Amino acid sequence: MRDALTHLGAAFTAGVWRLGYASRFFGYLLWHSGTAFRRFRLTLREIYFAGVLSLIIILVSGLFVGMVLALQGYETLQRYGSSEALGILVALSLVRELGPVVAGLLFASRAGSAITAEIGLMKATEQLSAMEMMAVDPIARVVAPRFWGGVLSMPLLAALFSAMGIFGGYLVGVVLIGVDEGAFWSQMQAAVDVRNDILNGVIKSVVFGVAVTLIAVFEGYDAPPTAEGVSGATTRTVVTSSLAILALDFVLTALMFTGGNAK
Amino acid sequence: MPMADPVIAEIEDLTFAYDRRPVLHGIRLSIPRGKVVAVMGQSGCGKTTLLRIIAAALLPSSGRARVLGQVTGELDRDGLYALRRRMGMLFQFGALFTDMSVYDNVAFQMREHTNLPEDTIRDLVLMKLEAVGLRGAAQLMPGELSGGMARRVALARAIALDPQLILYDEPFTGLDPIALGVIARLVRQLNDSLGATSIIVTHDVAETLPLVDYVYFMADGRVVAQGTPEAVRSSGVAFVEQFVRGEIDGPVPFHYPAAGYAADLGLAQAA
Amino acid sequence: MNRSTIDLWVGIFVAAGLGALLFLALKVGNLASFSTAQTYQVQAKFANIGGLKVRAPVKSAGVVVGRVAEIRFDNESYEAVATLTLDGSYKFPLDTSAKILTSGLLGEQYIGLEAGGHATMLKGGDRLRITQSAVVLENLISQFLFSKAAEGGDDKGKGAK
Repeated sequence: MRDALTHLGAAFTAGVWRLGYASRFFGYLLWHSGTAFRRFRLTLREIYFAGVLSLIIILVSGLFVGMVLALQGYETLQRYGSSEALGILVALSLVRELGPVVAGLLFASRAGSAITAEIGLMKATEQLSAMEMMAVDPIARVVAPRFWGGVLSMPLLAALFSAMGIFGGYLVGVVLIGVDEGAFWSQMQAAVDVRNDILNGVIKSVVFGVAVTLIAVFEGYDAPPTAEGVSGATTRTVVTSSLAILALDFVLTALMFTGGNAK
Repeated sequence: MPMADPVIAEIEDLTFAYDRRPVLHGIRLSIPRGKVVAVMGQSGCGKTTLLRIIAAALLPSSGRARVLGQVTGELDRDGLYALRRRMGMLFQFGALFTDMSVYDNVAFQMREHTNLPEDTIRDLVLMKLEAVGLRGAAQLMPGELSGGMARRVALARAIALDPQLILYDEPFTGLDPIALGVIARLVRQLNDSLGATSIIVTHDVAETLPLVDYVYFMADGRVVAQGTPEAVRSSGVAFVEQFVRGEIDGPVPFHYPAAGYAADLGLAQAA
Repeated sequence: MNRSTIDLWVGIFVAAGLGALLFLALKVGNLASFSTAQTYQVQAKFANIGGLKVRAPVKSAGVVVGRVAEIRFDNESYEAVATLTLDGSYKFPLDTSAKILTSGLLGEQYIGLEAGGHATMLKGGDRLRITQSAVVLENLISQFLFSKAAEGGDDKGKGAK
């Protein structure tokens, strides 16, 4: 019993210590991000590896999610004679929630784990030490471009996810099921507000991008330089990022989408 | 800075500990300019740690490390980076940047630290690669190189900015006899042609002793013997003799400490 | 992976992403409508605004002519004060009335404007004099029950006599 408590305490302190270390790392990363922007080609390359290579999974998933939303939504809406609200249902679900969140989760598993593995392996094969020895700061040269590449890619991926989803919803709702096309788009346009819904969705995706990429680069940089170390770090990236996305989503939704009259 | 300081690196009463585990105890040694010096010992004796302290990648817990005229403990980040630009290090397995070609690896430091135009860089890179015999491999990726070739490219990269001090971390590990010979010759050749000083951390006796000018032996974080290769071969220090001759038993025992053999096998009872 | 290919794909990616954002903003959202149009604000007081929310539409003859910008409580008259932002290209007479209506049976609430006949038009800062509050469902139900009970009582009374 006493051992269990000691372990718990130790784990907690270790966690807090790690959090502090991660925050200092984040601060250092931001401070030394100059190189990532002055030599934008480095960041451009990372946008390719994080963003472009995630396109396929994002577009396909977006399409399917939109199609399923339309199917499920129609089922329920037509019971209340509100099948014309299908456009609103699909658009709002995607733009406010599913776009940023699901795109974020997919990004974490595809790009986040890749970034962690890459940085972890560079550490394990002493490439980061070699860079240090050559008087080049590895955080500025290797980590920062990957961080900014991820942050810049996320909102674009989330927007693409939502757009594909709406298209998928259109395909199923209008083309397949036969909901009125005009009603689909016009009701959607009337209900989706650029500031409240779309902008908030973009803000969410930026926040998720920062969280996921930060976790990914940190876990990679901090990974023990062994095979087990890197694989553990990759797993931790995916798990921690996913939890972070869902927790942040709750906080952001509470801040953004409640309030009604109050505002 | 004195014109030609005869000592490139000097370690005084150095101790170092990782978190609370002491690794080096009261080390003193000095590396004379222009020589090739070996630091030898078993795995875990602290020689790689010592190398990293000389490279200013680690700071001593107490004592001083004076390298290229600077005390490493007194340098700030910019000072550290300035110091490192005058050194080159060859890592154990090369540590080439796997996402760049051989050419880009060697050109890395030139591009990062100088404003040389690409044409000049091209000439310099090809010259460095020629020195290690790999000019034809310039466009290959590190993944396509054999171990020996990768190490040679790493060597070309380490000398890219004509450093005054070249550090080698176990350069002979895992190489075939031909590659071993090549690297050994290159170490000596480059040292002399660049007018640099080299420190080799290794435990490969056969390749190293004929190559170097001076040897330091370490065991358990201390310097136990030093001298020229001839002196060391007949040093009379038991550990050194065992090491140099590769004997399986001596001051470093064959058996890891354990309880009695008979007791372990449960034979003692019977009697 | 050579440089120009990477550049090309990143360019395509960013263009596609921005295109998606534009699509969302224009075709999905309501950016195309009067975000940059000239607007003027008027006020209207209601005894009860029901479920009216900020950014609810203001319609006249079923066409959206503005949005509810702000909803406040007037502590002196104990009424709700709604500030409406109206599209500058639509002018309404001074005696226009504002009603809180519901779209559909259980839909969201909006403000419906019915133009009056006054010669002078409303301008920024004016207040709509004639307003009708929201229909509160509970009141409606209790009214209905009450009237039903009253009817029943009368019948009984008549019957008993």
